[in-house]
Amino acid sequence: MMKIFSWVTKDTNINFMKSKNITYAVSAILLALSIACIAIKGFNFGIDFSGGILMEIKSPKVIDVDEIRTSLNKLAIDDLNLQSMGEDGTEIVIRAQAADLDEKAQMNVINQIKETLGKTYEYRRIDLVGPQVGGELKKDGIIASIIAVIAITLYVWFRFEWQFALGAIIGLVHDLVITLGLLSFFGLDFSLTTVAAILTLAGYSVNDTVVTYDRIRENLRKFKKMDQTDLLNKSINDILSRTFLTGLTTMFAALALLIWGGETLRSFAFTIFWGVIVGTYSSIYVSTTFLSLFDLRATQDEANINPFGNA
Amino acid sequence: MYKLSKSRIITIIAICLVGIFFAIPNIIDNKNALPKWWQPVNLGLDLQGGSNLLLEVKMDEVLKERMSSIEDSVRQVLRENKIRYKTLTSNEEGVSVVIENTGSRAKAANLFRKIDNGIEIVENDDGSLNIAYSDIALGQLKTKIVDQSIEIVRRRIDELGTKEPVIQSQGANRIVVQLPGLQNPEYVKTLLGKTAKMSFHLVDSTARASDAKRGKLAAKYKLAYGEMGETYVITRKPVVGGENLTDAQPAFQEGQAVVSFKFNTLGGKKFGEVTRDNIGERLAIVLDNEVISAPVIQSAIMGGSGVITGNFTVKSANDLALLLRSGALPAPLEVLEERTVGAGLGADSIRAGVIASVIGLAFVVMFMLAAYGLFGIFTTVAVFTNLLLMLGILSAMGATLTLPGIAGIILTIGMAVDANVLIFERMREEVKHGRSTRDAAEAGFTEAWTTIVDSNLTTLVAAIVLFYFGTGPVRGFAVTLAIGIATSMFTSVTITRLIITAWLNKYKPTKLPI
Repeated sequence: MMKIFSWVTKDTNINFMKSKNITYAVSAILLALSIACIAIKGFNFGIDFSGGILMEIKSPKVIDVDEIRTSLNKLAIDDLNLQSMGEDGTEIVIRAQAADLDEKAQMNVINQIKETLGKTYEYRRIDLVGPQVGGELKKDGIIASIIAVIAITLYVWFRFEWQFALGAIIGLVHDLVITLGLLSFFGLDFSLTTVAAILTLAGYSVNDTVVTYDRIRENLRKFKKMDQTDLLNKSINDILSRTFLTGLTTMFAALALLIWGGETLRSFAFTIFWGVIVGTYSSIYVSTTFLSLFDLRATQDEANINPFGNA
Repeated sequence: MYKLSKSRIITIIAICLVGIFFAIPNIIDNKNALPKWWQPVNLGLDLQGGSNLLLEVKMDEVLKERMSSIEDSVRQVLRENKIRYKTLTSNEEGVSVVIENTGSRAKAANLFRKIDNGIEIVENDDGSLNIAYSDIALGQLKTKIVDQSIEIVRRRIDELGTKEPVIQSQGANRIVVQLPGLQNPEYVKTLLGKTAKMSFHLVDSTARASDAKRGKLAAKYKLAYGEMGETYVITRKPVVGGENLTDAQPAFQEGQAVVSFKFNTLGGKKFGEVTRDNIGERLAIVLDNEVISAPVIQSAIMGGSGVITGNFTVKSANDLALLLRSGALPAPLEVLEERTVGAGLGADSIRAGVIASVIGLAFVVMFMLAAYGLFGIFTTVAVFTNLLLMLGILSAMGATLTLPGIAGIILTIGMAVDANVLIFERMREEVKHGRSTRDAAEAGFTEAWTTIVDSNLTTLVAAIVLFYFGTGPVRGFAVTLAIGIATSMFTSVTITRLIITAWLNKYKPTKLPI
């Protein structure tokens, strides 16, 4: 059996801790850029959160966007936005996200557009989200994200010492902020499925950190005399091939979605794809290097580290 | 490893077989021939095409109406009992009246309580009484209104012949309507947008509309408008209400589209009396506060049936007949959210999902083979079993597969191999530490187990939160993710363990190929 990837599973001995000042700087810059981008540019909220209407139409022949724009401009709809989608130019997306439109006015806009464009087009998608529902979805999304972060932190805290919980949450917030920054930078549609991707990413990010922490804890018990920095390095190296393989398989699964999964899942797949990269990086360079700030052995109390009983 | 008992082996294989059994309907073409409990997974509206409408029952308007009728009762009670009162008003929250005499105030309060069940009266310091429903009664009233609305919505949609609609309440005053495969949601929205409250009123032909507009109007009359803005002075109380209708059909009369209707016995009797006593007068037919027409009564109409004339086209006559047949909504409905996916886009989404799944799966399998060789093959078996189990559980649960749900499956494929990677890496280390083949294999499973649980639980936490807060497609994602986590933990640990045990027993290798 050819194992062309066996290099991945070779033993390594990389000094990760050595470059921690550089990576701290990299993380700090990325965080600052992300926050700046979010503050200045904000998010491209889809109608899920802002309320509004979205229509996808398709025609057997190439659609002249300008022609449609001219005919729709006669309707005097506020904030109307047309965009061609797909490769062959037979599909366009029509958005109207004027905040002051109530549900009735929105429905009117849909009817007017349909009347104006007529029956030659296939109406592939019609979404209408009233301002009330949009506001609720936004609130639910924020609450869900906060609860997920708190729940995950509590879980890590329950399973590990507080330094670990703190390290995990710093890594998690790091990943979330940078991913949000990327979403803002690329102006990707921020919808309900994007929130789903962000929460999945939160789970993945901590998952990766937890695996590393599990090994650190185990090594702390096994190698009682080893220097802590060496021990952290050894732990990362021990599981480096796993970090790589799992990261790569998840990334490629997300890549398959990004390329072939269609327009609807684009920002979802993007979030997972970049999130996995950032998450893998942070579980080594943020969450683990963070632990070097503490004397982990001083707080290692055999009696309370294993509520579930480790093997 | 070698301790894997026979009963455990049988259990593992049985679980897999049951899962695969429930996944089978997904590849059978003729779904109608299958029993109800053995069906393929439901496709969400985003995959099969269809409309999802979120409607709100406009409670305020019903309550306003209800309170105004209580106001009428209060006025009547006060007059009958000759109690002096001032400023009698009502809004959607309640009725308020000022009674200055303390003695009659208490008496009045007692009388008011008899108007309806669940009425509560609050006496204020300034001598006014607030009459309103108790919270319990109000809650019951709202539930009743929502239930009635659902019933009427169902009847209207059934009239359209939509297949397998889902109509459910959501929260206190919302209704979710899911219409698979519907091509024209605008029409449904128009139909649901009308309360279709019909009533018959006598027209006061002596009153002049211009006087009425200036407020010169007897208490028993009110002003109403026609479609073109023409004014009518009609009786405030309907002489016959639309709730007495039993049937309505579109018809033709002298080449003109009309709607014929039938009353029940009570309605028919009332209608007969009114038409008999008012020959030569005009009878206004009012739909949702608009006068459709006001024909002159030519003769007594005794049979309990008649026709509504008006400015109808064939289509509008059809629509009105449908609305009248299915009954009036107790409250107006408003569309808060609509998501319609055309069948074409749904099919495209399925295709994209399948392609992405296959390619994602191919990537993962290639990686595992390239990294682990023989053990990669074992993992591949586990991954495929995992897919079948997921599909089987989703089908057996009657869960709905959405496009994000497919994304969830693809992601689970990617993440599912994590457990195997953890196990194999552990085995490799144990071998390096000088353990024997069997011991190393055994240790790989036992030592990695806590880490596998820990790492999967964090993702499960995210999935649960998503399920709780998500709606529609996102919920579908949370379900597949959660199921995927559970099945992948099962397959990547037990299935690979089963295979590796069998392999160890058969070939008794001296070296693990990792």
